[in-house]
Amino acid sequence: MSNIKEKEPLFSAKIAKTFLGPLNLNNPITVQILGICSSLAVTVQLKPALIMALSVTIVTGFSNLIISIMRNSIPSRIRIIVQLVVIATLVIIVDQALKAYVYDVSKKLSVFVGLIITNCILMGRLEAYAMANKPWPSFVDGIGNGIGYGMILVIVAFFRELLGSGKILGMSVIPDSFYQAGYENNGLMILPPMALVTIGVIIWIHRSWKKSLIEK
Amino acid sequence: MHSNRYIFIYSTVKVIIVAILLTVVAIGLKPKQQYNIKVEKMQNILASVNILSTTKNAEELFNKYIVDQKVIDVNGNEQPNLKAFDINVEQESKVPADKRKLPIYICKTDKGETKYILPTYGKGLWGPIWGYISVNDDKNTVYGSFFDHKGETPGLGAEIATTAFQAQFAGKKLFDDNGTFVSIKAVKGGADKNDVHGVDAISGGTITSNGLTKMLMDELKPYENFLKQKN
Repeated sequence: MSNIKEKEPLFSAKIAKTFLGPLNLNNPITVQILGICSSLAVTVQLKPALIMALSVTIVTGFSNLIISIMRNSIPSRIRIIVQLVVIATLVIIVDQALKAYVYDVSKKLSVFVGLIITNCILMGRLEAYAMANKPWPSFVDGIGNGIGYGMILVIVAFFRELLGSGKILGMSVIPDSFYQAGYENNGLMILPPMALVTIGVIIWIHRSWKKSLIEK
Repeated sequence: MHSNRYIFIYSTVKVIIVAILLTVVAIGLKPKQQYNIKVEKMQNILASVNILSTTKNAEELFNKYIVDQKVIDVNGNEQPNLKAFDINVEQESKVPADKRKLPIYICKTDKGETKYILPTYGKGLWGPIWGYISVNDDKNTVYGSFFDHKGETPGLGAEIATTAFQAQFAGKKLFDDNGTFVSIKAVKGGADKNDVHGVDAISGGTITSNGLTKMLMDELKPYENFLKQKN
Protein backbone atom coordinates (compact mmCIF):
# COMPACT_ATOMS: atom_id res chain seq x y z
CA MET A 1 0.00 0.00 0.00
CA SER A 2 1.42 3.31 -0.94
CA ASN A 3 1.43 5.90 1.79
CA ILE A 4 1.51 8.82 -0.66
CA LYS A 5 -1.71 10.71 -0.21
CA GLU A 6 -3.78 11.32 -3.28
CA LYS A 7 -3.23 14.90 -4.35
CA GLU A 8 -6.31 17.06 -4.19
CA PRO A 9 -7.06 18.91 -7.43
CA LEU A 10 -6.59 22.69 -7.31
CA PHE A 11 -10.22 23.43 -8.05
CA SER A 12 -12.18 20.67 -6.34
CA ALA A 13 -15.74 20.97 -5.10
CA LYS A 14 -14.39 21.45 -1.58
CA ILE A 15 -12.25 24.39 -2.67
CA ALA A 16 -15.23 25.92 -4.44
CA LYS A 17 -17.23 25.61 -1.24
CA THR A 18 -14.41 27.23 0.75
CA PHE A 19 -14.42 30.12 -1.71
CA LEU A 20 -18.17 30.58 -2.11
CA GLY A 21 -19.12 30.13 1.55
CA PRO A 22 -18.02 33.60 2.67
CA LEU A 23 -19.76 35.16 -0.31
CA ASN A 24 -23.15 33.90 0.77
CA LEU A 25 -24.05 31.65 3.69
CA ASN A 26 -20.98 32.47 5.76
CA ASN A 27 -20.48 36.12 4.82
CA PRO A 28 -18.16 37.83 7.31
CA ILE A 29 -20.26 40.98 7.61
CA THR A 30 -23.87 39.87 7.27
CA VAL A 31 -23.60 36.44 8.92
CA GLN A 32 -20.50 36.45 11.09
CA ILE A 33 -21.02 40.17 11.92
CA LEU A 34 -17.28 40.86 11.72
CA GLY A 35 -15.55 43.96 10.36
CA ILE A 36 -18.54 46.23 10.90
CA CYS A 37 -16.58 49.25 12.13
CA SER A 38 -14.57 49.83 8.97
CA SER A 39 -17.61 49.17 6.80
CA LEU A 40 -19.35 52.09 8.50
CA ALA A 41 -16.45 54.45 7.98
CA VAL A 42 -15.16 53.90 4.48
CA THR A 43 -18.44 53.53 2.60
CA VAL A 44 -19.31 57.18 2.01
CA GLN A 45 -17.92 56.91 -1.52
CA LEU A 46 -17.42 53.96 -3.82
CA LYS A 47 -13.75 54.48 -4.67
CA PRO A 48 -12.34 54.25 -1.12
CA ALA A 49 -14.64 51.27 -0.51
CA LEU A 50 -13.24 49.48 -3.57
CA ILE A 51 -9.66 50.16 -2.52
CA MET A 52 -10.40 49.05 1.04
CA ALA A 53 -12.05 45.87 -0.25
CA LEU A 54 -9.02 45.11 -2.41
CA SER A 55 -6.60 45.84 0.45
CA VAL A 56 -8.45 43.60 2.90
CA THR A 57 -8.69 40.81 0.30
CA ILE A 58 -4.95 40.94 -0.31
CA VAL A 59 -4.19 40.93 3.41
CA THR A 60 -6.62 38.10 4.28
CA GLY A 61 -5.45 35.98 1.35
CA PHE A 62 -1.73 36.31 1.99
CA SER A 63 -1.85 36.23 5.79
CA ASN A 64 -3.84 32.98 5.56
CA LEU A 65 -1.32 31.60 3.05
CA ILE A 66 1.74 32.57 5.10
CA ILE A 67 0.34 31.35 8.42
CA SER A 68 -0.73 28.09 6.80
CA ILE A 69 2.75 27.52 5.39
CA MET A 70 4.25 28.19 8.84
CA ARG A 71 1.52 26.45 10.83
CA ASN A 72 3.57 23.38 11.85
CA SER A 73 6.52 25.43 13.07
CA ILE A 74 4.64 28.08 15.05
CA PRO A 75 5.04 27.54 18.80
CA SER A 76 1.48 27.42 20.09
CA ARG A 77 2.31 29.59 23.11
CA ILE A 78 3.13 32.61 20.93
CA ARG A 79 0.88 31.88 17.96
CA ILE A 80 -1.32 34.99 18.37
CA ILE A 81 1.76 37.23 18.36
CA VAL A 82 3.12 35.46 15.29
CA GLN A 83 -0.22 35.91 13.51
CA LEU A 84 -0.33 39.57 14.43
CA VAL A 85 3.20 40.15 13.15
CA VAL A 86 2.28 38.61 9.80
CA ILE A 87 -0.90 40.68 9.54
CA ALA A 88 0.82 43.89 10.63
CA THR A 89 3.62 43.38 8.13
CA LEU A 90 1.20 42.88 5.26
CA VAL A 91 -0.91 45.86 6.32
CA ILE A 92 2.14 48.13 6.45
CA ILE A 93 3.18 47.00 2.98
CA VAL A 94 -0.33 47.66 1.64
CA ASP A 95 -0.42 51.05 3.36
CA GLN A 96 2.94 52.07 1.91
CA ALA A 97 1.90 50.92 -1.56
CA LEU A 98 -1.35 52.92 -1.36
CA LYS A 99 0.60 56.03 -0.31
CA ALA A 100 2.86 55.57 -3.32
CA TYR A 101 0.30 54.71 -5.98
CA VAL A 102 -3.12 56.10 -4.95
CA TYR A 103 -2.16 58.97 -2.67
CA ASP A 104 -5.52 60.77 -2.71
CA VAL A 105 -7.43 57.62 -1.73
CA SER A 106 -4.86 56.68 0.89
CA LYS A 107 -5.53 60.02 2.59
CA LYS A 108 -9.26 59.27 2.71
CA LEU A 109 -8.67 55.78 4.10
CA SER A 110 -5.94 57.14 6.40
CA VAL A 111 -6.42 55.44 9.74
CA PHE A 112 -8.65 52.63 8.48
CA VAL A 113 -5.92 50.88 6.52
CA GLY A 114 -3.85 50.75 9.69
CA LEU A 115 -6.89 49.39 11.47
CA ILE A 116 -7.09 46.40 9.11
CA ILE A 117 -4.67 44.92 11.67
CA THR A 118 -7.48 44.80 14.21
CA ASN A 119 -10.11 43.69 11.71
CA CYS A 120 -11.71 40.67 13.35
CA ILE A 121 -12.05 38.87 10.01
CA LEU A 122 -8.27 38.43 9.80
CA MET A 123 -7.56 36.95 13.21
CA GLY A 124 -10.78 34.97 12.95
CA ARG A 125 -9.77 33.29 9.71
CA LEU A 126 -6.22 32.64 10.83
CA GLU A 127 -7.31 30.94 14.04
CA ALA A 128 -10.28 29.13 12.56
CA TYR A 129 -8.87 28.06 9.22
CA ALA A 130 -5.24 28.71 8.37
CA MET A 131 -3.83 27.09 11.53
CA ALA A 132 -5.48 23.80 10.58
CA ASN A 133 -5.49 23.67 6.79
CA LYS A 134 -3.07 23.40 3.89
CA PRO A 135 -1.75 26.56 2.17
CA TRP A 136 -3.89 26.48 -0.99
CA PRO A 137 -7.30 26.00 0.69
CA SER A 138 -6.26 28.61 3.28
CA PHE A 139 -5.38 31.10 0.57
CA VAL A 140 -8.74 30.50 -1.13
CA ASP A 141 -10.52 30.87 2.20
CA GLY A 142 -8.76 34.19 2.81
CA ILE A 143 -9.54 35.54 -0.64
CA GLY A 144 -13.16 34.35 -0.31
CA ASN A 145 -13.59 36.11 3.03
CA GLY A 146 -11.92 39.26 1.70
CA ILE A 147 -14.27 39.34 -1.28
CA GLY A 148 -17.27 38.54 0.91
CA TYR A 149 -16.35 41.52 3.11
CA GLY A 150 -15.58 43.75 0.13
CA MET A 151 -18.81 42.83 -1.62
CA ILE A 152 -20.92 44.19 1.24
CA LEU A 153 -18.66 47.25 1.47
CA VAL A 154 -19.18 48.01 -2.22
CA ILE A 155 -22.95 47.47 -2.07
CA VAL A 156 -23.26 49.81 0.94
CA ALA A 157 -20.96 52.40 -0.64
CA PHE A 158 -22.91 52.25 -3.92
CA PHE A 159 -26.18 53.19 -2.24
CA ARG A 160 -24.61 55.74 0.10
CA GLU A 161 -22.81 57.57 -2.69
CA LEU A 162 -25.81 57.37 -5.05
CA LEU A 163 -28.41 58.57 -2.55
CA GLY A 164 -26.12 60.80 -0.49
CA SER A 165 -24.20 62.62 -3.21
CA GLY A 166 -26.01 61.64 -6.42
CA LYS A 167 -22.75 60.27 -7.80
CA ILE A 168 -21.15 56.95 -8.69
CA LEU A 169 -17.36 56.86 -8.49
CA GLY A 170 -17.37 60.66 -8.37
CA MET A 171 -19.45 61.09 -11.55
CA SER A 172 -22.90 62.65 -11.36
CA VAL A 173 -25.52 60.12 -12.42
CA ILE A 174 -28.73 61.82 -11.33
CA PRO A 175 -29.88 64.09 -14.15
CA ASP A 176 -30.34 67.81 -13.49
CA SER A 177 -34.02 67.54 -14.40
CA PHE A 178 -34.56 65.45 -11.24
CA TYR A 179 -33.11 68.21 -9.08
CA GLN A 180 -35.25 70.80 -10.89
CA ALA A 181 -38.28 68.63 -10.20
CA GLY A 182 -37.51 68.87 -6.49
CA TYR A 183 -35.25 65.87 -5.85
CA GLU A 184 -32.58 66.45 -3.24
CA ASN A 185 -29.55 64.42 -2.16
CA ASN A 186 -30.14 62.76 1.18
CA GLY A 187 -27.47 64.22 3.45
CA LEU A 188 -28.25 61.62 6.10
CA MET A 189 -26.79 58.88 3.88
CA ILE A 190 -23.35 60.48 4.21
CA LEU A 191 -23.38 60.11 7.99
CA PRO A 192 -22.19 56.83 9.61
CA PRO A 193 -25.57 55.87 11.18
CA MET A 194 -27.04 55.30 7.72
CA ALA A 195 -24.27 52.83 6.93
CA LEU A 196 -25.45 50.78 9.88
CA VAL A 197 -29.05 51.00 8.67
CA THR A 198 -27.97 50.01 5.13
CA ILE A 199 -26.08 47.00 6.46
CA GLY A 200 -29.14 46.14 8.53
CA VAL A 201 -31.30 46.21 5.40
CA ILE A 202 -28.81 43.98 3.57
CA ILE A 203 -28.84 41.48 6.46
CA TRP A 204 -32.64 41.54 6.40
CA ILE A 205 -32.78 40.89 2.65
CA HIS A 206 -30.12 38.18 2.97
CA ARG A 207 -32.04 36.35 5.68
CA SER A 208 -35.40 36.56 3.96
CA TRP A 209 -33.70 35.03 0.91
CA LYS A 210 -31.80 32.30 2.81
CA LYS A 211 -34.26 31.08 5.42
CA SER A 212 -31.64 28.75 6.92
CA LEU A 213 -29.88 31.80 8.41
CA ILE A 214 -32.82 32.75 10.60
CA GLU A 215 -32.19 31.74 14.21
CA LYS A 216 -34.97 29.80 15.84
CA MET B 1 5.36 21.56 23.22
CA HIS B 2 8.20 23.73 21.98
CA SER B 3 11.06 24.63 24.27
CA ASN B 4 11.74 28.18 25.43
CA ARG B 5 14.94 28.14 23.41
CA TYR B 6 13.01 27.30 20.25
CA ILE B 7 10.50 30.10 20.93
CA PHE B 8 13.24 32.70 21.45
CA ILE B 9 15.11 31.75 18.31
CA TYR B 10 11.88 31.52 16.34
CA SER B 11 10.74 35.01 17.34
CA THR B 12 14.17 36.56 16.83
CA VAL B 13 14.53 35.18 13.33
CA LYS B 14 11.01 36.22 12.47
CA VAL B 15 11.48 39.78 13.68
CA ILE B 16 14.70 40.12 11.69
CA ILE B 17 13.07 38.85 8.49
CA VAL B 18 10.10 41.19 8.92
CA ALA B 19 12.33 44.16 9.69
CA ILE B 20 14.41 43.62 6.56
CA LEU B 21 11.31 43.16 4.42
CA LEU B 22 9.66 46.35 5.70
CA THR B 23 12.83 48.37 5.30
CA VAL B 24 13.17 47.30 1.69
CA VAL B 25 9.54 48.21 0.96
CA ALA B 26 9.75 51.57 2.75
CA ILE B 27 12.96 52.62 1.03
CA GLY B 28 11.79 51.36 -2.35
CA LEU B 29 8.53 53.32 -2.27
CA LYS B 30 9.86 56.48 -0.63
CA PRO B 31 10.72 58.47 -3.81
CA LYS B 32 7.23 57.86 -5.18
CA GLN B 33 5.59 58.90 -1.89
CA GLN B 34 7.65 62.06 -1.63
CA TYR B 35 6.75 62.94 -5.19
CA ASN B 36 3.06 62.58 -4.28
CA ILE B 37 3.51 64.91 -1.30
CA LYS B 38 5.29 67.44 -3.51
CA VAL B 39 2.55 67.32 -6.15
CA GLU B 40 -0.12 67.73 -3.49
CA LYS B 41 1.64 70.83 -2.15
CA MET B 42 1.75 72.24 -5.68
CA GLN B 43 -1.96 71.54 -6.11
CA ASN B 44 -2.75 73.28 -2.82
CA ILE B 45 -0.72 76.34 -3.79
CA LEU B 46 -2.43 76.51 -7.18
CA ALA B 47 -5.86 76.10 -5.55
CA SER B 48 -5.26 79.27 -3.55
CA VAL B 49 -5.08 81.26 -6.79
CA ASN B 50 -8.19 79.45 -8.11
CA ILE B 51 -6.29 77.23 -10.54
CA LEU B 52 -7.63 73.70 -10.57
CA SER B 53 -5.07 71.01 -11.25
CA THR B 54 -4.91 67.24 -11.32
CA THR B 55 -2.08 65.09 -10.03
CA LYS B 56 -0.92 64.76 -13.62
CA ASN B 57 -0.71 68.40 -14.69
CA ALA B 58 0.05 70.00 -11.30
CA GLU B 59 3.80 70.22 -11.87
CA GLU B 60 3.38 71.72 -15.34
CA LEU B 61 0.82 74.31 -14.17
CA PHE B 62 2.93 75.15 -11.13
CA ASN B 63 5.95 75.91 -13.30
CA LYS B 64 3.78 77.95 -15.63
CA TYR B 65 1.93 80.15 -13.11
CA ILE B 66 4.30 80.36 -10.13
CA VAL B 67 6.88 82.63 -11.72
CA ASP B 68 8.95 83.30 -8.63
CA GLN B 69 9.31 82.19 -5.04
CA LYS B 70 11.32 83.74 -2.27
CA VAL B 71 11.91 83.60 1.45
CA ILE B 72 11.85 86.76 3.55
CA ASP B 73 12.46 87.59 7.20
CA VAL B 74 10.07 89.44 9.47
CA ASN B 75 11.43 92.83 8.29
CA GLY B 76 10.55 91.99 4.72
CA ASN B 77 14.15 91.47 3.60
CA GLU B 78 14.75 88.68 1.15
CA GLN B 79 16.83 85.79 2.44
CA PRO B 80 19.34 84.66 -0.13
CA ASN B 81 19.86 81.04 -1.19
CA LEU B 82 16.54 79.78 0.15
CA LYS B 83 13.65 78.37 -1.86
CA ALA B 84 10.12 78.89 -0.59
CA PHE B 85 9.08 75.39 -1.62
CA ASP B 86 11.71 73.81 0.65
CA ILE B 87 10.59 75.68 3.78
CA ASN B 88 8.71 73.52 6.26
CA VAL B 89 5.86 75.81 7.34
CA GLU B 90 4.94 73.52 10.24
CA GLN B 91 8.38 73.89 11.78
CA GLU B 92 8.54 77.62 11.11
CA SER B 93 5.22 78.17 12.88
CA LYS B 94 6.86 76.96 16.11
CA VAL B 95 9.72 79.45 15.82
CA PRO B 96 9.29 82.94 17.40
CA ALA B 97 7.84 85.30 14.78
CA ASP B 98 10.93 87.49 14.53
CA LYS B 99 13.17 84.54 13.65
CA ARG B 100 10.89 82.89 11.13
CA LYS B 101 11.73 82.15 7.52
CA LEU B 102 8.68 83.31 5.61
CA PRO B 103 8.05 81.74 2.21
CA ILE B 104 6.22 83.64 -0.52
CA TYR B 105 5.11 82.34 -3.91
CA ILE B 106 4.54 84.82 -6.69
CA CYS B 107 1.95 83.92 -9.27
CA LYS B 108 1.25 85.54 -12.64
CA THR B 109 -2.31 84.85 -13.76
CA ASP B 110 -3.45 84.53 -17.37
CA LYS B 111 -4.48 88.20 -17.26
CA GLY B 112 -0.93 89.17 -16.29
CA GLU B 113 -1.86 90.12 -12.72
CA THR B 114 0.58 89.41 -9.92
CA LYS B 115 -0.64 87.50 -6.86
CA TYR B 116 1.31 86.76 -3.69
CA ILE B 117 0.66 83.41 -2.03
CA LEU B 118 1.33 83.10 1.70
CA PRO B 119 1.27 79.74 3.50
CA THR B 120 -0.27 79.32 6.96
CA TYR B 121 -0.25 76.54 9.56
CA GLY B 122 -2.24 76.22 12.78
CA LYS B 123 -4.38 74.10 15.05
CA GLY B 124 -7.97 72.97 14.56
CA LEU B 125 -10.00 70.92 17.02
CA TRP B 126 -8.47 67.47 16.48
CA GLY B 127 -5.23 68.22 14.74
CA PRO B 128 -3.33 70.57 12.48
CA ILE B 129 -4.98 72.76 9.85
CA TRP B 130 -3.09 74.56 7.13
CA GLY B 131 -3.68 76.59 4.05
CA TYR B 132 -2.59 79.21 1.56
CA ILE B 133 -3.93 82.74 1.16
CA SER B 134 -3.31 84.66 -2.03
CA VAL B 135 -3.42 88.47 -2.14
CA ASN B 136 -3.63 90.91 -5.05
CA ASP B 137 -0.68 93.12 -5.90
CA ASP B 138 -2.06 95.83 -3.58
CA LYS B 139 -0.92 93.33 -0.89
CA ASN B 140 -4.17 93.89 0.97
CA THR B 141 -7.12 92.39 -0.88
CA VAL B 142 -7.45 88.60 -0.72
CA TYR B 143 -7.69 86.94 -4.12
CA GLY B 144 -8.25 83.33 -3.09
CA SER B 145 -7.69 80.81 -0.35
CA PHE B 146 -7.17 77.14 0.26
CA PHE B 147 -7.47 75.28 3.57
CA ASP B 148 -7.06 71.68 4.54
CA HIS B 149 -6.97 69.70 7.76
CA LYS B 150 -5.80 66.42 9.15
CA GLY B 151 -8.70 65.14 11.19
CA GLU B 152 -11.52 67.66 11.62
CA THR B 153 -15.05 66.26 11.92
CA PRO B 154 -16.71 65.65 8.53
CA GLY B 155 -19.68 67.94 8.05
CA LEU B 156 -18.52 70.25 10.86
CA GLY B 157 -14.92 71.49 11.19
CA ALA B 158 -13.90 69.70 8.01
CA GLU B 159 -16.06 72.19 6.08
CA ILE B 160 -13.07 74.56 6.02
CA ALA B 161 -11.75 72.40 3.18
CA THR B 162 -14.80 73.06 0.99
CA THR B 163 -14.81 75.56 -1.85
CA ALA B 164 -17.99 77.14 -0.47
CA PHE B 165 -16.16 78.17 2.69
CA GLN B 166 -12.96 79.15 0.90
CA ALA B 167 -14.80 81.29 -1.68
CA GLN B 168 -15.85 83.69 1.08
CA PHE B 169 -12.29 84.95 1.44
CA ALA B 170 -12.07 86.53 -2.02
CA GLY B 171 -12.25 90.32 -1.77
CA LYS B 172 -11.67 90.49 1.99
CA LYS B 173 -8.99 92.85 3.27
CA LEU B 174 -6.05 92.26 5.62
CA PHE B 175 -5.55 95.93 6.61
CA ASP B 176 -8.13 98.46 7.75
CA ASP B 177 -8.43 102.00 6.33
CA ASN B 178 -5.76 103.32 8.72
CA GLY B 179 -3.27 100.76 7.51
CA THR B 180 -3.42 98.61 10.67
CA PHE B 181 -3.13 94.85 10.24
CA VAL B 182 -6.40 93.23 11.37
CA SER B 183 -6.36 89.89 9.47
CA ILE B 184 -9.57 88.01 8.64
CA LYS B 185 -11.85 86.49 11.25
CA ALA B 186 -14.37 83.66 11.07
CA VAL B 187 -17.40 85.23 12.74
CA LYS B 188 -19.75 82.98 14.71
CA GLY B 189 -23.36 83.40 13.64
CA GLY B 190 -22.34 84.87 10.29
CA ALA B 191 -20.34 87.91 9.31
CA ASP B 192 -21.95 91.20 8.35
CA LYS B 193 -22.18 91.62 4.59
CA ASN B 194 -20.18 94.85 4.70
CA ASP B 195 -17.51 93.41 6.97
CA VAL B 196 -14.36 93.28 4.86
CA HIS B 197 -12.47 91.41 7.60
CA GLY B 198 -15.01 88.71 8.45
CA VAL B 199 -16.26 85.47 6.94
CA ASP B 200 -19.03 83.18 8.20
CA ALA B 201 -17.72 80.65 10.71
CA ILE B 202 -18.67 76.99 10.34
CA SER B 203 -21.81 76.20 12.33
CA GLY B 204 -20.97 73.37 14.71
CA GLY B 205 -17.29 73.91 14.05
CA THR B 206 -16.58 76.75 16.45
CA ILE B 207 -13.23 75.48 17.70
CA THR B 208 -12.00 74.83 14.17
CA SER B 209 -13.22 78.27 13.09
CA ASN B 210 -11.48 79.91 16.04
CA GLY B 211 -8.35 77.93 15.23
CA LEU B 212 -8.53 79.21 11.68
CA THR B 213 -8.90 82.82 12.85
CA LYS B 214 -5.95 82.41 15.21
CA MET B 215 -3.90 80.73 12.47
CA LEU B 216 -4.51 83.61 10.03
CA MET B 217 -3.65 86.19 12.67
CA ASP B 218 -0.49 84.47 13.93
CA GLU B 219 0.81 83.37 10.57
CA LEU B 220 0.08 86.45 8.46
CA LYS B 221 1.18 89.01 11.06
CA PRO B 222 4.92 88.30 10.45
CA TYR B 223 4.34 89.21 6.80
CA GLU B 224 3.08 92.68 7.84
CA ASN B 225 6.28 94.53 6.84
CA PHE B 226 6.39 92.75 3.51
CA LEU B 227 2.73 93.51 2.84
CA LYS B 228 3.25 97.19 3.66
CA GLN B 229 6.10 97.52 1.16
CA LYS B 230 4.50 98.97 -1.94
CA ASN B 231 5.96 98.11 -5.30
